[in-house]
Amino acid sequence: MKIVVLVKQVPDSGSERSLRADDGTVDRASASNVINEMDEYAIEEALKIAEAQGGEVTLLTMGPDAATESIRKALSMGPDGAVHVTDDALHGSCALGTSKVLAAALRTLEFDLVLCGAESTDGRTQTMPHMLAERLGVPALTGARKLTVEGSTLTVERQTDEGYEVVQATGPAIVSVWDTINEPRYPSFKGIMAAKKKPIATKSLADLGVEAGEVGLAGATSKVLSSAKRPARSGGQKVEDSGNGGADLVAYLSAEKFV
Amino acid sequence: MTEVLVVVDGSAATGVKKVTLELLTLARTLGAPSAVVLGAPGTAEALKDKLAEFGAEKIYVAESAEIDGHLVAPKAAVLARLAGEVSPAAILIGSTQEGKEIAARLAVRLDNGILTDVVDLKADGTATQVVFAGSTIVESQVTKGFPLVTLRPNSLTPEAAPAAGALTPVDTTVDAVTLGAKVLERKIEAKGSRPELTEASIVVSGGRGVGSAENFAVVEELADLLGAAVGASRAATDSGFYPHAFQVGQTGKTVSPQLYVALGISGAIQHRAGMQTSKTIVAVNKDAEAPIFELADYGIVGDLHKVVPQAAEEIRKRRA
Ligand SMILES: Cc1cc2nc3c(=O)[nH]c(=O)nc-3n(C[C@H](O)[C@H](O)[C@H](O)COP(=O)(O)OP(=O)(O)OC[C@H]3O[C@@H](n4cnc5c(N)ncnc54)[C@H](O)[C@@H]3O)c2cc1C
Ligand SMILES: Nc1ncnc2c1ncn2[C@@H]1O[C@H](COP(=O)(O)O)[C@@H](O)[C@H]1O
Repeated sequence: MKIVVLVKQVPDSGSERSLRADDGTVDRASASNVINEMDEYAIEEALKIAEAQGGEVTLLTMGPDAATESIRKALSMGPDGAVHVTDDALHGSCALGTSKVLAAALRTLEFDLVLCGAESTDGRTQTMPHMLAERLGVPALTGARKLTVEGSTLTVERQTDEGYEVVQATGPAIVSVWDTINEPRYPSFKGIMAAKKKPIATKSLADLGVEAGEVGLAGATSKVLSSAKRPARSGGQKVEDSGNGGADLVAYLSAEKFV
Repeated sequence: MTEVLVVVDGSAATGVKKVTLELLTLARTLGAPSAVVLGAPGTAEALKDKLAEFGAEKIYVAESAEIDGHLVAPKAAVLARLAGEVSPAAILIGSTQEGKEIAARLAVRLDNGILTDVVDLKADGTATQVVFAGSTIVESQVTKGFPLVTLRPNSLTPEAAPAAGALTPVDTTVDAVTLGAKVLERKIEAKGSRPELTEASIVVSGGRGVGSAENFAVVEELADLLGAAVGASRAATDSGFYPHAFQVGQTGKTVSPQLYVALGISGAIQHRAGMQTSKTIVAVNKDAEAPIFELADYGIVGDLHKVVPQAAEEIRKRRA
């Protein structure tokens, strides 16, 4: 089974993040960048399937040159190789532009299954799997908390607001995973050493036959007009409980008309 | 007036979701609201009165077993064709998982820009988004096509404005390629009478400090006295104290209630990501240094197992 895992490098969600003042794009240069956490769950799921049924796992990333570092880290978990789409013209791509590029890259790869995270921590749009499915004409099963692969039949259990549902498609298909699906492994020392020698194929827009003007800032279909830090919330009153904390709490809630 | 398409979230079983009423209210500032019902046959009949009450001049009825029995692709296909026919001023969708997915496919089909998790949209198409765990406010705009926007629930107060609600059938034929993701089973899990997490005006959440699944009864008791929804931190859901469906935060739900009560939650940045825009925040934590106090309007430093039952008792006393 040939599995492609989409991996995105994002600014660490645990540290300060900002938008660039000049063009409103995510400031990646000055951020501490990591693998989008949910993508690690997608990698883990791919490795588990390949280990159980045989197969090849290839990572696909679109991002600046510096994303190579995250790709190596992801490779140290165990995938066989990676494709890195990088091109100066990609800076400032909107979701539609990104999907155009990733779809073009996927067309050059053979796959039975594309796995990705349900959402990225920077954009949090949850749009990529469906945009890709629409462009490639394959089904998308999203937000998996459980995935079963039997031949080319893919069955996913996903959480909904009301409960959960079981959905099914025939591969090739795209499956996005939630962080409830598994527990990603830590790279072993051997894995880290092996990752240094694994192949990373670098592709430019020209390699993929995508026009520079269709993507990046030039081709963006939405734009940031302005951005500002939200005024930080300041802590209000803090009361030590000395036996009356519950009553104090209700007095506050009552004054604020919640009780 | 140009039509604004509002994609209805709801079913005969759940009724119209509140976010849809917000969308209809917002749509009036942009044009003539038309609700689009996509679902099982009979859905529009069940929802039409509410949609009309909140301003739907037209209600497009796109109902079929195929739409109901598959993931979002057929919905997006039908919507894209409808958009081609009516050239709407905007398409507004709730920023739920399904809403974002419909919007994603529509964006590709129409080659139209998309903005997700919007909290406000002006008549000129300028959208406001809150990003990076609630730390940054962005003003943005779709620059190709019309505003195709998903609105975060609880962004505005729905206002009734009765309109005709004229039922208008829509062609629901779709290509086979949209029918690749079949729904085999839909399981409704009972959640009792509590309001839905993302819609609730009060949310009471518990964290690792609650200590166990049994102890979540304390959180539920306070929630019920306040008419609130129950939420949980990731530490609490990962420890099996409470179901994952109720997780608040970066990898859970984003809530923006009038009041958020955090019990035994430290206030990690990933938790803040899902609750930072709440109007009023109240916290109970035994650690005076817990970061949650940096954003709490009112905090009690103490043991929640003492403070919360006492608070519940006090509320009952006041009501007696
Ligand atoms: C990629 C990623 C995504 C994440 N997504 C989410 C998310 O969506 N939602 C989320 O919540 N977290 C998320 N997290 C986890 C987050 O970083 C924290 O680990 C988590 O929020 C901690 O939960 P907690 O506050 O309940 O637990 P803790 O941090 O362990 O805090 C427990 C608190 O309870 C207090 N306490 C203990 N006993 C009592 C008592 N008897 N009375 C009063 N107070 C008591 C303690 O003082 C402490 O402050 C994510 C992390 C990562 C890396
Ligand atoms: N530039 C990118 N390169 C590779 N994968 C991506 C990229 N952007 C998004 N993805 C994938 O799509 C998922 C959902 O992202 P998003 O739609 O941005 O929330 C992520 O978890 C990634 O797996």
